[in-house]
Parts: sequence; structure tokens; C-alpha cells
Amino acid sequence: MGKKIVDFLWGTKQRKIWTSVIVGLFAASILINFIAPVPPPHVALSGEPIFSTGPKWFTNSVLTTIIVDIILLLLALATRFSLKEVPGGLQNFMEAIIEALYGLAESVAGKNAGKFFPWVVTIFLFVIISNWSGLIPGVGSIGFYHPYPAEEKHGEDSHAYLSDNQLAMAGGSIILAAPESVQAAPAAAVSEKGKFIPLFRAPSADLNMTFALAISTMVMVQIWGVRHLGGSYFRKFFNFSGPNGFMKGINGFVGILELISEFSRVLAFGFRLFGNIFAGEIILFTMTFLIAFLLPVPFYVLEVFVGFVQALVFMMLALVFFQMSTISHGSHDEHH
Amino acid sequence: MDVDAMKQLGAALAMGLGAIGPGIGIGLIGSKAMEAMGRNPEAAGTVQTNMILAIAFAESIGIFALVIALLLKFV
Repeated sequence: MGKKIVDFLWGTKQRKIWTSVIVGLFAASILINFIAPVPPPHVALSGEPIFSTGPKWFTNSVLTTIIVDIILLLLALATRFSLKEVPGGLQNFMEAIIEALYGLAESVAGKNAGKFFPWVVTIFLFVIISNWSGLIPGVGSIGFYHPYPAEEKHGEDSHAYLSDNQLAMAGGSIILAAPESVQAAPAAAVSEKGKFIPLFRAPSADLNMTFALAISTMVMVQIWGVRHLGGSYFRKFFNFSGPNGFMKGINGFVGILELISEFSRVLAFGFRLFGNIFAGEIILFTMTFLIAFLLPVPFYVLEVFVGFVQALVFMMLALVFFQMSTISHGSHDEHH
Repeated sequence: MDVDAMKQLGAALAMGLGAIGPGIGIGLIGSKAMEAMGRNPEAAGTVQTNMILAIAFAESIGIFALVIALLLKFV
């Protein structure tokens, strides 16, 4: 048994290299922890501008969104320009993904699947890659220190910074410190350098991206509805038909509810994705600051799974809403 | 009580109360899915994917509570 383990770790030259690299990285990460202590986790609800003097819109999540887009484009182009009769590695992989997703789309949307497929699969691929982009080591931990802005904002900003960091490191263990005591100990050293701004941030952990996706999806729902049903699509919202005055009132009220639910779906879409991914990041932060080694691993695996499931849920919901909008609402009334 | 204490309390209450409903919902979904898989083991694959989807919907209610708690705590 012992010999087997030694063989597994130290058997061939390649294995010697890999084992020493892994052990070396572990040792280096422990050493770095002593040499340069890590500041407490930085939790910000929104993306922050990368350049303190640059444009306000160029936040770290915008940068990561662009990178995710480039990855998707390169993947698509690499697959497109190496299409073969007998598919190889990459083409096989992409075909398997597309085939599985098309089967899913067909089971929900039936004959409309071909029309909805490009939309929902773009959403799926973009969301899944941006969910997983937050799990790459370095995203959220590589960044700059921005000097604090001028005097008048200093008070407000430093207050925000202090209430951000109530989890503090004291003697190698994590403690829950009151804002005043945090101000006394580690924040004093950090505040000289300024506020830490990460260079990358998962796009799904930014409300702007998730709401942009949610709004464009719900706008597309209306567009599909009008394309399939014409003007009668809007009878769903403004419906005053009925045998008597009471039923007319009820139908009108139902129309108002439908209208409200269209808007609440945008909120639900946006918050579902944002909340899941952002909460996952905070869980990973917290676990890393409890015990930095091995404890975050199961949560990391969980976040990989959550990222996939949320992308799938976003896609399925978009598909179901698309399909629902194409079905005539009042058609069953006309037959009685 | 000052505003900060109220914020902390509000965040804790939002998360704690908001987790009750999704917890019950996910439990119901899981138990029914197990029942279905036990009755019809051949359909375990489809039941499982649909179960995960339904769990994600139930979970998203809890996530809304979490978002409110985070907003209270960090904003």
C-alpha cells in the first residue's frame, strides 16, 4: 500500500515534476500568507471602476464580460472554421452540447424550437461561461489599490469600507470585529494604500448584466408573441370580454395581473441569477477565510454545479416564456 | 436601538424567515421525486433533471431573501 502511494506520487519523472510543483505551490501559498498577510475579503454589491481617474462605466465586470465574449467568439470561430466530415475533439464536444440543448428545446417548444434555439442557447452559453468565470483563481483577488478620493468623500467612503470589513483576521483566526476595532487594527495599514479594487469580477455577480439579460429576454417574449399572434397578443393584457359586467371586470383585472407579472418576471430573472452567483462568491470568500486549505473545495464544486444549473434554469425559463407567448390566450373562450 | 443594529437584525430576520418556505418546498420536491424514482426507476433520469429545475425555482425564493439580506447588510 505504502509502495503504491510512493509509486503514484514519485514513480516516473513526470510524476516527480507534478508532485513537486503541487507541493511547492502549497508551501508557497502558506509562506506568502505569512510574508504578505491577505486583507479581509472585499465584498462589493456592484462592479467598481477599474481606473480611478478613468470612465465610470468601465467597471471590472464590464472587462470580464468582454473577455467572456471574446472566449465565446473564439470558440465559435474555431469550431466553424475547422468543420470536418468526421468530427474531431472540439467539434465533437460542441456538437454534443448543441445536440443536447436542442433536444431540450424541442421537448419544450416543439415546432418552434428552431426559432427560439439561437436565442436561448446564446443565453445559456454566455451565462454558463460568465458564471464559471468567477471561479477562476485570480478573479476577485487580483487587483489594485485605489487611493481614497478627495476630502469631502473621504468620510463617507471610509465608513463604507469599515462596515464592509467586519470579518477580521486576528492572530491567524477569523473574528467578528466591531467596526471601531477593525478601524484600529488592520484597516489602518490598508487605508494608507487605499481601497482594493479587483481587476476582474464575474459578470453574473453584477446586477447590471443580469438585468440586461432579463430585460432583453422579456422584450423578446413580447416580440415573439406579436410575431405569432399579431395584435391579438395584447388581448392578454387588455381583455374586457365576458358575458356580463362582472366577468368583464374580472377579465380586466386578470389583464392587469398579467401586465404586472411580465415586470415581476424581469425582477425574478435578474435577481435569481445575481443572487445565486453573488451568494456563491460570498460563501467561497467566507470559507477561504475560515480555513484556507481544503475547506473551500467542496463549496467550489457546489458553485460549479450551481453555475451550470442557473444557466440551465435561465435558458429553460426563457424557452418556456417564449413558448407561452406564442400560444393564443383567449382561443378557448371563442369555442363556447 | 440604533440604525446599524436594526439593519443587522433585519438582515438576519430576512434570511432566516425567508429560508423557511424554500426549505419546505425543496423538501417536498425531493420527497416526491424520490417517490417517483422508486415507483418508476427507468424514468430516474428525467425525474432527476426536472427535480433539479424545480429545486432551482424553489431555491430562488430563498435567494431573493438572501439578496435583501445582503442589500441590508452591505448597502
